[in-house]
Amino acid sequence: MRYLPLDAEEREVMLARIGVPDIEALFADIPVDKRTAELMDMPRAMGEMAVERKVAAIAGHSRPAGSMPFFLGAGVYKRHIPASVDHLIQRSEFLTSYTPYQPEIAQGTLQVLFEFQTQVAALTGMEVANASMYDGSTACGEAMLMAHRLTKRRKAILSGGLHPQYADVAATLAHMAGDAIVRLPPDVRAAEDIAAAIDGETSCVMVQSPDFFGNPRSLEPVAAAAHAKGALLVAVFTDPVSLSALRSPGEMDADIAVGEGQGIGNALSFGGPYVGLFATRTKYVRQMPGRLAGETVDADGRRSFVLTLSTREQHIRREKATSNICTNSGLCALAFSIHLTLLGEAGLKRLAAVNHANAVQLADRLAAIPGVEIVNPHFFNEFTMRTARPAAELIEDLASRGIIGGLPASRLLPDAGLDDCVIVASTEVNDDGDRAAYARALADSLRKKRA
Amino acid sequence: MNIQARPTRAEVEAAAALPETFTGDRALEVEEALLFEIGRPEATGVDIEEPAPFGSRLGPHGREKALDLPGLTEPEAVRHYVRLSRKNYAIDLGIYPLGSCTMKHNPRLNEKLARLPGFADVHPLQPETTAQGALEVIEALAKALMTMTGMSAVAMSPKAGAHGELCGMMAIKAAIEARGEAERRKVVLVPDSAHGTNPATAALLGFSVRAVAAGEDGVVSVEAVKNALAPDVAAIMLTNPNTCGLFERDIVGVAEAVHEAGAYFYCDGANFNAIVGKTKPGDLGVDAMHINLHKTFSTPHGGGGPGAGPVVLSKRLAPYAPVPFLKREGANLRLVEHAEGTQSFGRMTAFHGQMGMFVRALAFILSHGADGLKQASEDAVLSANYIRACLNDVMSAPFGDRVCMHEVLFDDRWLKDTGVTTLDFAKAMIDEGFHPMTVYFPLIVHGAMLIEPTESESKASLDLFIMTLRDLVFAVQAGKKERFLPAPVYAPRRRLDETRAARQPVLRWTRPSAL
Repeated sequence: MRYLPLDAEEREVMLARIGVPDIEALFADIPVDKRTAELMDMPRAMGEMAVERKVAAIAGHSRPAGSMPFFLGAGVYKRHIPASVDHLIQRSEFLTSYTPYQPEIAQGTLQVLFEFQTQVAALTGMEVANASMYDGSTACGEAMLMAHRLTKRRKAILSGGLHPQYADVAATLAHMAGDAIVRLPPDVRAAEDIAAAIDGETSCVMVQSPDFFGNPRSLEPVAAAAHAKGALLVAVFTDPVSLSALRSPGEMDADIAVGEGQGIGNALSFGGPYVGLFATRTKYVRQMPGRLAGETVDADGRRSFVLTLSTREQHIRREKATSNICTNSGLCALAFSIHLTLLGEAGLKRLAAVNHANAVQLADRLAAIPGVEIVNPHFFNEFTMRTARPAAELIEDLASRGIIGGLPASRLLPDAGLDDCVIVASTEVNDDGDRAAYARALADSLRKKRA
Repeated sequence: MNIQARPTRAEVEAAAALPETFTGDRALEVEEALLFEIGRPEATGVDIEEPAPFGSRLGPHGREKALDLPGLTEPEAVRHYVRLSRKNYAIDLGIYPLGSCTMKHNPRLNEKLARLPGFADVHPLQPETTAQGALEVIEALAKALMTMTGMSAVAMSPKAGAHGELCGMMAIKAAIEARGEAERRKVVLVPDSAHGTNPATAALLGFSVRAVAAGEDGVVSVEAVKNALAPDVAAIMLTNPNTCGLFERDIVGVAEAVHEAGAYFYCDGANFNAIVGKTKPGDLGVDAMHINLHKTFSTPHGGGGPGAGPVVLSKRLAPYAPVPFLKREGANLRLVEHAEGTQSFGRMTAFHGQMGMFVRALAFILSHGADGLKQASEDAVLSANYIRACLNDVMSAPFGDRVCMHEVLFDDRWLKDTGVTTLDFAKAMIDEGFHPMTVYFPLIVHGAMLIEPTESESKASLDLFIMTLRDLVFAVQAGKKERFLPAPVYAPRRRLDETRAARQPVLRWTRPSAL
C-alpha cells in the first residue's frame, strides 16, 4: 500500500521489540466478541490511476459552473481566482501544518492570520477581527450567542432579509439553547420595520446588507434603535467584495460584523469549505469566539506572532468557554488573504465596479423582456426578478437550455408566497455573450409558457 | 560532532566568530515584513479593466471611505507567501507527533481530485439535476462511514469535530425532547480526561456537566459511570480510544448502563484512527459519534482548518438528524433541505457540508480499501507501541506498563527535580528538527506528553525520533540544562512572550503615527 512505509519484516521486528506475539495483542482491550473480522461491502485497496478514474467519472456527472452562462449567487459567488492563490495554498508548509500551537515553528501561519485579521477589520470597517470561522452561517450564529453574552439577554431579532439558511442555523441554535428568536417575514423590498420589533429583552438585531434579495440597506437607523434599547446590531454580508462598494458595517455603527468570505479566494466547492469572517469592536474582544493571533516579541526581542486571549477558549475554559469551536478555517483564510493581497485596494475597487456594471447591464437587459420585473431599485451584483412563470419551473427549463439563471426563492423559502421570484447574480465572470444567451433563453422560455 | 557528522554550533563558534550580515538574514533564513509594510493600495496582481461608464444602481449606499488595503504584484505576492511558508513546520518536513491530532501524510491525489471542476466548480444551489456528481460523492462517503462504524445513519453537514459534537448532542437533545423529558434530563456526564470541546458543547446546549473520574488505570469504569448516572442524566460523552491513548475496555458495560438509565451515549471519535477495521462503534453501543475527516481520513489540516465532522447516528437518533440529507429517487439523488414535516432538529450550517473534504476523504478510503484501512490502524497502533516500548525505560507512563492504542502518553515524573519541564523538553525537540508532541493534555496527567506517530512514519523515521528523545533524556539526566532552558535556539523564533500578547493585545496592524 503506497501510503504505508512499514513492511512485513519491520512489523515483525517492532512487535518483537514491544514483546507481543502478534498485532492482535495490541488490540486486547477490545472485547473479543466486538472485534471486526473484515469490513464487508468495501472494496480492496486501489492504485492511484484506478482511484483517479473512478472519482473523475463521478465528477463528470456534475455540470461545472464554468461550463455554462452562470448567474447564481444567493450567498456563494463564482469568481475568477488567480492561479497563484491555489499554488501558494498548496505549499507543504501551509497545507500540511497544524494549528500553530508551537509558535517558534509556525510564524508563517501566525503572520498570515495577523495579516488576515487586519484585512478583515479594514474591509468591514471594524476595529478587530478573529482568525476566521467555519463559514458565514455559523459565524452568524456565533455572533448571536456573543450578543447574548454581552447583553445578558436571550432574544435575537432576525431581519426578513437575512439569508434563509443563516436564519435557520440561528433558529436551531436558539431552540437548542432555550433562547428566544424572532424571525421577521421574508422582505423582498427591504420595507420591514425592524425598529418596531426591538424591545427591552432584545439582545441583538441581525440584518444583512445587501440582503438576500439583493437590496443594500442603510443600517444606521436600526443601529440607533437597537442601541437606544441596549441591544446590539449584527451586520451580515454574504459577498465580501460588496464591502468595498458599499458603506461598511463599521461606518453604519454595527457592533458585530459577520459574513461569508468565500467570494474572495475560494472556489464554489458545492458549499464548503468556506471561511467565516467575524469582526467587532475592541471593547467586546474578550467575548468574541474563535482564534486570535496577536503580536508580541520573542526572547531576542524580535517581533513575533502567537495565538492569544485563549482564556476565552474551550481548551482552557471548558464549559465556561465563549464557544465550543476548536478550529478555524485556516487554509481558506489564507486563500482569502492571498487573493485580497493580489487585488489590493485599487484592484478590489475595480473588481467591485465590474461586478456592479455587469449586474446593471444584465438587469436592464432582462427588464426589457415582456413579463419580467426587476424588483430592486438599488443593488450591487445581485437582484430579484419576478416573472410570469413559477421560478422553480423556469430555472429548471433554463438549466435544460444550458443556462443557470439564478435561485428560485421558493427553494429556500417554500411557503413564503415568493414562487415567482428568482434571485439573479452577476460577477466578473459573465460577459456580454452570457447576458445575451440568458436574455434569449429567458424570453423564449416565457414565450413558450404563454403559448 | 553528531549523528549527521555535522560540526556542532559550539565547534563552529570556537573556530571563528560568526560574521554579521548587512541584512541580518542568514542565507536561507530570511525575515519577512508585514504585508502592510511592503504593499501599496494602488499595486495589484490582478489586471482588471475599469468598466465603461454606466449608471450606478448603488443608490445612497456607496462606500466613500478608503479601505486602507495594500496590494502586491504577483511576483511580490508569491515571494511574500513563500517566504512566510518557510517559517512553518509541516508533515511534509518530518514527523508531527501531536497526540489526538492524527497528523498523517496527505496524499496529493486527493488534492488533485478535490479540484476537479465537477466538484470544485459546482454551486451548492445549482439545480440538483446538474450536481449529481457532487451528490454521488456525499452518498458514497456516507455509505463508507456507516460501513466502517456499523451505524444506521450519518449527518454529513457538520463543518469540524466540535461542530459534529454539537450536532450529535443536538440529536440527543431532540430525542429527549421528543420523549417529553427535556425538563428532567439536564446533565451530561463527561470524563475529566475529555477534550475541552466536550464540556463546552454540553454547556452550549444548556446542559450542566458532571465530571466522571477515570480510574487509576486511565479508563472509566462501569461503576464510576453507574455512580454518576441518575434520572437527570441525558447523555455521556466519552472519547474512545480515550485521550490517554487507551481503549475504554468497559465500553460495552458503560453503554448498557447508560441505556438502562434512559440516557444516550455520545462517543467522541477524534481517535477513530486506531480502530478503523478493528471494531465498530455501532457494535459497542454508541448512539452518536463524530468523525474528524481531517484526522482519520487525512484531509490536510491547513494550519488550523478547514476540517469536517460528519456524525454517525444509531437507529434511535437517526430520525433527528439535521437537514440537509440525501434521498435517492430512482437514478437521481435529491437533497431534503427543509426540516418541516420531518423529525429533524433543523439546520447546522448553510448548504451541505465540506464537499472539498468529502472528495479527499473518499479518495483516501478508496485508495486504502478495506484491507488498507485496517492495516493503517494496525500500523498506527504498532508505531505508538514501538515508541512506548523504546522509551518507557527512561520516561514515566502514568498508567503503568500496558499497551496503548495509536498514541502513547507519558507524564513528567521522570523530570522531577531536574529543573527541566515538559515545555522545556518539547522546545528542545524543536531544535532537533522535530515538531513536539502534544503537551499538557490530557489535563489529568501532570506534565503530559502525548505522542501520536500515525501510520505514515517509516521505521527509520521512528528510530531517529526515538534515538533523539533518548539522547535528550540522557541530557536531562546529565544535568545539561543548557540544551533545554534557552530552547529553541535554532528555530525562526526563540520562545515568545505570551503574557505580553495577552495583557496588551495587538490584534491587527495599525499605521505607525507620523513623527
